[in-house]
Amino acid sequence: MGDMITTDKLLYQYRTNEKEVTALDEVSLNIYKGEFVVIIGHNGSGKSTFAKHLNALLLPASGDVIVKGLNTKDEDRVWEIRQTAGMVFQNPDNQIVATIVEEDVAFGPENLGIPSEEIVKRVEEALKSVDMLDFRGKAPHMLSGGQKQRIAIAGVIAMRPDCIVLDEPTAMLDPSGRKEVINTIKKLNKEENITVIHITHFMEEAVEADRVVVMEAGKIILQGTPGEVFSQVDKLKALGLDVPQVTDLAHELIKEGIDIPSDILTVDEMVKKLCQLK
Amino acid sequence: MLKDITIGQHYPTGSFLHKLDPRTKILTTFAIIAALFIGMNFLSYTILGGFIFICIYLSKIPMKFIIKGIKPLRIIIMITFLINIFMTPGNIIWGYGRLNITREGLYQGSFMAVRLIFLVMGTSLLTLTTTPIALTDGIERLLKPFKKIGVPAHELAMMMTIALRFIPTLLEETDKIMKAQIARGADFESGNIINRAKGLVPLLVPLFISAFRRADELAMAMEARCYRGGDLRTRMKQLSMSSKDFVSILIVGLLLATIISIRIMT
Amino acid sequence: MSIKIENLTYIYNPKSPFESKALDHVSIEIKQGEFIGLIGHTGSGKSTLTQHLNGLLKPTSGKIYINNLDITDKNVKMPEIRKKVGLVFQYPEHQLFEETVYKDIAFGPINLGLSESEVENRVKEAMGLVKLPYEELKDRSPFELSGGQRRRVAIAGVLAMKPEVLILDEPTAGLDPKSRDEILQQIKHLHEQMGSTVILVSHSMEDIAKLVGRIIVMHKGSVAITGTARETFRQVEKLESIGLGIPQISYVMKKLKEIDPSFNDDIFTVEEAKDEIMKWIRRRKNA
Repeated sequence: MGDMITTDKLLYQYRTNEKEVTALDEVSLNIYKGEFVVIIGHNGSGKSTFAKHLNALLLPASGDVIVKGLNTKDEDRVWEIRQTAGMVFQNPDNQIVATIVEEDVAFGPENLGIPSEEIVKRVEEALKSVDMLDFRGKAPHMLSGGQKQRIAIAGVIAMRPDCIVLDEPTAMLDPSGRKEVINTIKKLNKEENITVIHITHFMEEAVEADRVVVMEAGKIILQGTPGEVFSQVDKLKALGLDVPQVTDLAHELIKEGIDIPSDILTVDEMVKKLCQLK
Repeated sequence: MLKDITIGQHYPTGSFLHKLDPRTKILTTFAIIAALFIGMNFLSYTILGGFIFICIYLSKIPMKFIIKGIKPLRIIIMITFLINIFMTPGNIIWGYGRLNITREGLYQGSFMAVRLIFLVMGTSLLTLTTTPIALTDGIERLLKPFKKIGVPAHELAMMMTIALRFIPTLLEETDKIMKAQIARGADFESGNIINRAKGLVPLLVPLFISAFRRADELAMAMEARCYRGGDLRTRMKQLSMSSKDFVSILIVGLLLATIISIRIMT
Repeated sequence: MSIKIENLTYIYNPKSPFESKALDHVSIEIKQGEFIGLIGHTGSGKSTLTQHLNGLLKPTSGKIYINNLDITDKNVKMPEIRKKVGLVFQYPEHQLFEETVYKDIAFGPINLGLSESEVENRVKEAMGLVKLPYEELKDRSPFELSGGQRRRVAIAGVLAMKPEVLILDEPTAGLDPKSRDEILQQIKHLHEQMGSTVILVSHSMEDIAKLVGRIIVMHKGSVAITGTARETFRQVEKLESIGLGIPQISYVMKKLKEIDPSFNDDIFTVEEAKDEIMKWIRRRKNA
């Protein structure tokens, strides 16, 4: 697998009234083509700031961010980078521009100067891929939160990106909206091979990722497969992060001397392993 | 509820008028407005009135709905009528003390009232048959030739689009903040004007803060989607004038010419 | 403070094409000091219900009694109700408006017409309840604080009115796990310490299971299920049919029970599950 995004010793600092804050402290990370990466960490851990570096909305104080071979510091290539790494934000209401769904999805391609027949085609495809084609003529404010986020995702897809960065897209949604968005992202990753970088608080959304990255105080402190990361129950709990209840249960059982793997993530796995116990 | 207020309401029926190019509708609306000001006489107003009613018929929008649009303006129409009746000098046909109704006044007042009604009908017909987005598109394209003399056509249209997009969102938010403050004992309804104005602070401050936060986030989202002004932008929906547009413009042009000739000849 | 809701119906935009029934003959009784978890989808009517309880909405038909006082009666003074029932909206930090934390929390008590010294006491106490250091924060602007702190300031603003019934509409929405746990702990503490009636609206079955005494599940404007967490989670098919679920750990126990009927599946915390599984393992060893 080739590299999609590489950050090399990415440092970002900003000043508040009183002091200098280091939001990102020399973060180095490789994200491969087609990978599904989930970044977790609590508010203020730097994960949002990190996301905004990936499509040149923020520029590093030192270090580099390379998106598909392009350095975000290169001002002439900014639009190419933003087209390559699309971004979806937290608040569904504050990223929809137009008063009609299909006009909003067309917004990105229009900015890229794509001919209108081609835009019509792309809008239709993008709406289909998020399963919102029936809503093309609707006004966005009449939609549910989950539907609005899917429109926002379609707006990015219509730009034909290689990679989507989602900055807490589910934080303001109810459970069914969250499910809609997660299923959409997963489908895009599997079927269209789009690289996904998903930032979230909800650990259940991280369970099916290829890789989980945990950030704390501007640094990456833990990364690996979901099993590798979540099996470190004590460490995550000390950081104030959640682990799936089954992983927590496995951890508790191991403490009682039961011989069970520590990286159990799903209900079925747990039941199966318990039944295999001698 | 605040959510039900709709500005520039659109009433889709798929009629002939709905299908016209927005530019045609904007231009012809302006022509009708001009005609209403040029030809203030009985014959012209009969012709224009007839034309407006034919358009309403063609639009397939129920007459009731159009009348509903005039209702909020009935006080203004009444005041215009009364002022003209009493203030126009001429042949007195009825008088009481210093209040005199003149023949000219009655004539002038009636025309002014009818003009206002026709103006409202004509412009609401424009918004009722055209989606807001088509309207902004039409305006943007009509203004494009004036870009050279510094008219920011694209920026104006973008601002209109965003305003239209956020009106429902902000109304909903106003409703929510108001309820939250009422739950904390705020009172938006009683007291004198000064107290009431003061009472709005708990509503307005959060609303402004939220509007700025939204603006900030929207700007970032637009940038992330490669927005860089109107220069390199293409549009998904191409506007194109068809024969029915040219015929419509021709008819309205003839109508305007007739009104002008009546004015010159009488 | 007890609440009795009788045949409450509420229709949005009656007699218009947008007419919709948000509440359909809802009857609920809540006793003094109960901790209620109110669950349901967006649009299930739970927000409409909570807004009725402190008089923000007037029922289309039906009655609401708070301590035998009919609050739907025309002659009832609204401030009286709002003194008794405090409502914390979703994302309450969006309603902050004052220059300082102190002034913002004092807004409610001042509206109640309390004396200056009483207001000060209330602010101090409310900040204490949500664990905000009074001296350190009282003169700070609420807008400089972190997201979790701002939310606690907003909750304190309602607590300072000393309501006997406290309703919180998704108080943890959008917070990270750490702030979420802190706020839930404080609510629990509040309920135990003050003995007030608490209604917590939430989407999270895990959170609800840990905290509340009784669950009310709303669906399409009606009460679908009501009972203790145990009783509610037993109706897993019904919950799933309305698009809700039970905590992950309860699913594990249900599956285990399918395999071995001797399992107790009335379980919804990790701690209980561990104990039950350990018992089962010992039973098998002895057999």
